[in-house]
Amino acid sequence: MDWIQQIVNGISLGSIYALIALGYTMVYGIIKLINFAHGDVFMVGAFVGFYAIESWKLSFIPALLVAMGISAVLGVVIERVAYKRLRNATRIAALITAIGVSLFIEYGTIYIRGAQPEAFPSVLPDQIFKVFGASISSQSIFILLISIILMLILQFIVHRTKIGKAMRAVSYDAEAARLMGINVDRTISATFAIGSALAGAAGVAFGVYYTKIEPLMGVIPGLKAFVAAVLGGIGIIPGAMIGGLVLGIVETMVSAFGYSPWRDAAAFVILILILIFRPSGILGKNTREKV
Amino acid sequence: MKKIIGSKVSYLLVSLTLFVGLLAGCGGSGNSDGGASNQPGGSGGSGGGESIKIGANLELSGAVASYGQSIAEGIDLAVEEINKGGGIDGKKLEIIKVDNKSDAAEATNAAIKLTSQDKVSAIIGAATSGDTVAQVQVVTDNHTVLLTPSGTSPIVTVGQDGKVNDYVFRTCFIDPFQGNVAANFAAKELKVTKAAIFADSASDYAKGLAVSFKDTFTKAGGSIVSEEAYVAKDTDFRATLTRIKAANPEFIFIPGYYEEVGLIIKQARELGITVPFMGGDGWDSPKLVELAGAAALNNTYITNHYSSEDPDKTIQTFVTAFKGKYNGKSPDAFNALGYDSVYLLADGIKRAGSADGAKIKDALAQTKDLALVSGKITIDQQHNPAKTATVLEYKDGKQVFKTKVNP
Repeated sequence: MDWIQQIVNGISLGSIYALIALGYTMVYGIIKLINFAHGDVFMVGAFVGFYAIESWKLSFIPALLVAMGISAVLGVVIERVAYKRLRNATRIAALITAIGVSLFIEYGTIYIRGAQPEAFPSVLPDQIFKVFGASISSQSIFILLISIILMLILQFIVHRTKIGKAMRAVSYDAEAARLMGINVDRTISATFAIGSALAGAAGVAFGVYYTKIEPLMGVIPGLKAFVAAVLGGIGIIPGAMIGGLVLGIVETMVSAFGYSPWRDAAAFVILILILIFRPSGILGKNTREKV
Repeated sequence: MKKIIGSKVSYLLVSLTLFVGLLAGCGGSGNSDGGASNQPGGSGGSGGGESIKIGANLELSGAVASYGQSIAEGIDLAVEEINKGGGIDGKKLEIIKVDNKSDAAEATNAAIKLTSQDKVSAIIGAATSGDTVAQVQVVTDNHTVLLTPSGTSPIVTVGQDGKVNDYVFRTCFIDPFQGNVAANFAAKELKVTKAAIFADSASDYAKGLAVSFKDTFTKAGGSIVSEEAYVAKDTDFRATLTRIKAANPEFIFIPGYYEEVGLIIKQARELGITVPFMGGDGWDSPKLVELAGAAALNNTYITNHYSSEDPDKTIQTFVTAFKGKYNGKSPDAFNALGYDSVYLLADGIKRAGSADGAKIKDALAQTKDLALVSGKITIDQQHNPAKTATVLEYKDGKQVFKTKVNP
């Protein structure tokens, strides 16, 4: 019965990682940029959701949509201001800029509202179901559902819509896509908008499930989501989902064996191992560079 | 050219003379003060009018300004009361406040100013252990008593070499004591025999409480069935809580700070852990109630310095007086400790019969059964007060006075 409970715990934790990793992996898949500011967009999303519920008295779904909308705008602004002019620069320059943007958002938020944490209002019914002796909260089921639904929507957008086709074309070869009449800038903006909206949704889900939100809350989940994305195969959307869940379960097991202070270390050991033995991730195929 | 120089020189001379005159004035008043403070010991006092100077070296700005401000409010009330009642042997208390900006180096500077420039008889402060330790050398060299209202670390009164700092005292209990109180409360009042400990592994405060809880609880006949740790800033505690639940404890002790404790309690209740939880004064924040939710907090207890809801007469008199002075504000633990510090010191000065540092220090060390708001104080060998701790219970998000536990 304990083990069922632990697996439930792991899946709940993992679905948060998966939710953040979706946006991460998408941005990487299309423009090959590791967007370290993603975790901070997630934090902004959580605070927008918080203020939407506390100050504007919105209910859950409108607050979620507002948070996704503002996060999307923030994502596009970040891309336009910080990354666009570096599109032809070295990868390392873009990476360092991303870290700078991340710090700017974190400490900008602290400057604006202070560093004290807030308790997210409980807007969703919090019921506990008993299954085989394990307690499952309705909120964790809801988060898992949100992750799966958003993943399906994302798959649909990327594979079935015109903008998705443009994204895939840009990811394959941006120059050729431009020659084919695809507006590359607009496609990249759309990628950031969707990825950041997902981060915003994850922020609100996190607030509902874990209650405490604070300006530096995006740092560790952001890194974990990066690990999850690499684990599943960076750039592959179902891979982010699987990577997130696997990471959540592994971390929970580490705690379940009584080594909870080693949990974060375990996540990064996984990152190192996967980079050594299977750099393309669980779902990745080993492709040879075409000449 | 010459003229200008001349006028400059004369200007310089005039200002120099003024400055020297000022210095002489200062020196004069300083001397007369020194004379006054020696008088009670010698000639038996020359009547009222003179004052006893006490420094307050507090965090009035900076990171922990709210602690310092609260203590200052308590001090002001106590001084006002004592002076209204005629002072100590006819001498009024005079408080000289210095802001140490929540900074250890500033605290040292403030102590130097208070001892050498203001020539105070004693210093109250600082609020934190670190800012208090920073003053120890200065007050020892100057034979001035230092009394911290709320520095709870054991190293404040006892140096690294295990020797007691002669001139340093405190009004609050020390960290390990809270662990003892919690263990006694669990064993004797709640009558549980199997306890679990879930401690913040990144904080000395939490580790100190955990160790003393374990010692006392096992001595009282209980057993520790599970010992787990978390790291500050964690947000997911479910895995470890499931592990603790499997060990079937009847009671869970969580020394730590409110940010994590709030989440731990919420998640524990979701996992169906219904046993009582307990912690120390690190829980004491309105944020705890917001994070955990009022319902989840039922059946949890904390040890604290005092409760404004304690029906005890001393406490209720203080609460009424405090509300009267500060527009109906209910006094918190720091207000009470600041207030008590003045009374503890006043009692020492009275028994010493002198405002001389060495004599006050000896008198303070012999303090016995002094009834204060935060409990009846007896100063022990280590200059720590042996006193009662208050146990509070959370009921629907409110702290309710439960009981007092003796050491």
